Amino acid sequence: MKDFISIKFKVWRQDSYESRGSYEEFILERVSVNISLLEALDQLNEKLIIQNIRPITFDHDCREGICGSCGFLINGQPHGPKKATTTCQLYMRNFKDNALIILEPWRAQSFPIIQDLSVDRNALDKLIIAGGYFPTETGKAPDANLIPISPEKAFSSFETATCIGCGACVAGCKNASSSLFVAAKLAHLGQLPQGINGKKDRSRKMRKQMNIEGFGQCSNNLECEAVCPKEISADWISWMNKI
Amino acid sequence: MNNCINPNLPSGDVEGGWQKTIKNLTNIPSESKNKFQIIIVGCGLSGSSAAATLAEEGFKIKLITYHDSPRRAHSVSAQGGINAARSPEEERNKVVIDQLFKDTVIGGDFRAREASCQRLSEISSSIINQCVSQGVPFAREYDGTLATRRFGGAVVSRTFYARGQTGQQLLYGAYQALLRQVKLGNIELITKRDVLDLVIVNNVARGVITRNLVNGNLETHKANCVVLATGGYSNVYYLSTNSLKSNATAIWRAHKRGANFANPSFTQIHPTCIPPAGSYQSKLTLMSESLRNDGRIWLPKKINSQDDPENIPEHERDYFLERQYPKYGNLVPRDVASRRAKEICEKGFGIGFGGKGVYLDLKDSINKNGLKVIKAKYGNLLEMYERIVGEDPTKVPMKIYPAPHYTMGGLWVDYNLMSNIGGLFVLGEANYSVHGANRLGANALLQCLCDGYFISPKTITSWLANNKEIDNKKVDEACKEALNSVDKKIKVLLKIKGDKPVDYFHRTLGEIMISKCGISRNRKDLEFALEEVEKLNKNFKSNLKIPETNSGLNVELEKALRLEDFIELSKLMIKDAIEREESCGAHFREEYQTEEGEAKRNDDFFSHIAVWEFNSDNNSHIRYSEELNFKKIGLNTRNYK
Ligand SMILES: Cc1cc2nc3c(=O)[nH]c(=O)nc-3n(C[C@H](O)[C@H](O)[C@H](O)COP(=O)(O)OP(=O)(O)OC[C@H]3O[C@@H](n4cnc5c(N)ncnc54)[C@H](O)[C@@H]3O)c2cc1C
Ligand code: SF4
Ligand code: FES
Repeated sequence: MKDFISIKFKVWRQDSYESRGSYEEFILERVSVNISLLEALDQLNEKLIIQNIRPITFDHDCREGICGSCGFLINGQPHGPKKATTTCQLYMRNFKDNALIILEPWRAQSFPIIQDLSVDRNALDKLIIAGGYFPTETGKAPDANLIPISPEKAFSSFETATCIGCGACVAGCKNASSSLFVAAKLAHLGQLPQGINGKKDRSRKMRKQMNIEGFGQCSNNLECEAVCPKEISADWISWMNKI
Repeated sequence: MNNCINPNLPSGDVEGGWQKTIKNLTNIPSESKNKFQIIIVGCGLSGSSAAATLAEEGFKIKLITYHDSPRRAHSVSAQGGINAARSPEEERNKVVIDQLFKDTVIGGDFRAREASCQRLSEISSSIINQCVSQGVPFAREYDGTLATRRFGGAVVSRTFYARGQTGQQLLYGAYQALLRQVKLGNIELITKRDVLDLVIVNNVARGVITRNLVNGNLETHKANCVVLATGGYSNVYYLSTNSLKSNATAIWRAHKRGANFANPSFTQIHPTCIPPAGSYQSKLTLMSESLRNDGRIWLPKKINSQDDPENIPEHERDYFLERQYPKYGNLVPRDVASRRAKEICEKGFGIGFGGKGVYLDLKDSINKNGLKVIKAKYGNLLEMYERIVGEDPTKVPMKIYPAPHYTMGGLWVDYNLMSNIGGLFVLGEANYSVHGANRLGANALLQCLCDGYFISPKTITSWLANNKEIDNKKVDEACKEALNSVDKKIKVLLKIKGDKPVDYFHRTLGEIMISKCGISRNRKDLEFALEEVEKLNKNFKSNLKIPETNSGLNVELEKALRLEDFIELSKLMIKDAIEREESCGAHFREEYQTEEGEAKRNDDFFSHIAVWEFNSDNNSHIRYSEELNFKKIGLNTRNYK
């Protein structure tokens, strides 16, 4: 494998929500195969800046797959071709020399475009605000070992709690449904003994909010599960539907 | 010692000091609390937990962050776990509390206040209760009780964890409590805003100036008091394990408005991170330290070796930690491991890009325990490594190198977590409190949550109860002045029109800082670094290029504003490192070491917190000190030989 490759980027450019967007093409040479796609975009942006061209806007922060900031369509796929991998964890060695890489923002009615590849995912917070929590308050907690929880239960709850709120499941779904995101939160809380009581109530509130935010209905295409970087299973959607 | 530095410590015994303090704090009747507006900057563990708790009590909160959602805060990336002193048998509680207290003080190499470390240890157990009640899915034992593990060289098992994602799970707990208060109307979430200045009236904090990151507008926010929970500043080094946007701007602006800065040079460098792979490297990823339990660290005996590690025979390998520390071997403390790796790489034995890397080899452990055991133990980590480096660490030795990870230094706060500016509270990694010269593994998350859930809500309430009067006219004037000064700063940067992007300057700053004010330091290099930073500063101010944009969204401007503050802060870090003529904790001054090359502390002259005041009249700094007294635990030195 070559140490350095050349890439042709075709990137969605849009100044703001109100303005119209279009694709723009850039050739980037001498891209190390050992850097990440976001680092290649940094490299491209440095070139653009020197030419007084507005750099490409994209969201990111931790760059280690945990904060959920990054994410756009890479050749049509949310987070790109690699399974269980966020955009920031995708490395250039996964692309061939002279490859064409098409980058577009998440496309969903509930995620308005801010600029280029950056979208507003505030609607996901609104779903949690509607009821994705326990009603406990600081200083009133009982002893943590009072209610035993089996390691399997704790782990299963943990697995659903690893959702990073990236929105890929919405972007990958042809109905732009947020069912996987909501199911993950309901399953995280609902599997724990502390959460059994409020299960129905939480589900009702969060699902009502899905409609308010304009997310679509789930029609069991399972695209969400396929693109989820945390591999959250779509079985939790069926679990949610039975609450 | 300067008598204006009063830490407000409880009198008498270290034990029970916090309980005594609480008794003397003033409360406010619940129904009047909603008359007070509190601004909290930062939604990491410390900011989110404080916001949720203060809102539950009835205060009106504005939570400000540059993220689009509080769930993204840097705290989300903490991996290993959170310490807590709890024992199933009540009689043993005091023993485990004492142990955590002792390890915190000794870990910090006697450069933190005993009383604060004691409080941290006493509160720790209630943090776990709190988190579990929120639904944090900690790992469990077969009997259903909470599981713990040993972490960061501790002899006792007291670290609670949720796989390798403890920070994420704790943050989501606080985030959910926070959003519940948003629903109840007690918290206003103000996202996508950079706080760029503080509004201070008669030495009391009354508001902040923000820049809206989407439309570029400058805004003022007024309040009865301000809380900064803005995290650490490891990104002064450009490459660090921190999230890319973590920055020092809020605390640095506060400092320039009069808040004192404590021990700015105390930074922790983590020995096991994935080294840079090329010149566009943007961050360094932490690999859990636990790998040192099963990995042997080595380098080729041949200088500048380009051979594949699998082909280097045993007798041509130098297991340098095992050689230098026969007793502890690969498990020497973080700072020792980092220093030794740096030294030997600088002699030309390092491997990988730029010769900045050492091997961590799992082979012997795999041969002994079997691949299955190692995979079960480190599964996630090994996958992450393979994704980033493109090599299977069970077949090819891993490459690792130390990277800046955590800043113990921060704004000076008293026992009540208030800075020397009235009503300016500082929480979490942004303050200087319990970690001294070196932080104990898994104590950062604990400190953040102690600060946010249990300490600051009480001390803030009491301060508000005693400081009700606001001079609105003066506040308005101060807001105007601060807004104008931010506006001016931005215009100056946009006017430069040079030819180099922000990152060019940031990378250069990082190189200066890591080579001269990083893992080990000496006066000559530090003085030279000061000159280099000065040159860089001039270069930045004349050659920076921020491209023109049609909308207010301007990422390059955001970065330039942060870098400007990092450059100023780096100078203070260097000065602080020069003045501290001793080696302690993570601060290793080459001039002060024993014959065996171990750190030599100087308790006669430096058993204090260095407190730096900014003098705006002549743009200079004055160093004061707060003496530290050790009543419960005797000063002693560590020995790892
Ligand atoms: C990779 C990694 C692993 C770690 N693992 C552990 C571990 O296992 N155990 C442990 O105890 N500790 C660990 N730590 C340390 C620990 O994670 C941090 O010290 C801690 O999370 C800091 O929390 P915080 O609340 O102080 O700030 P942060 O979480 O850094 O949050 C700061 C917040 O302030 C906001 N902010 C900052 N500046 C501004 C501004 N100017 N305007 C607006 N908003 C602003 C940001 O939006 C952000 O939300 C780890 C750290 C790293 C990097
Ligand atoms: S469920 Fe998966 S894809 Fe959807 S937001 Fe969570 S992590 Fe992202
Ligand atoms: S940048 Fe944080 S998940 Fe990608």
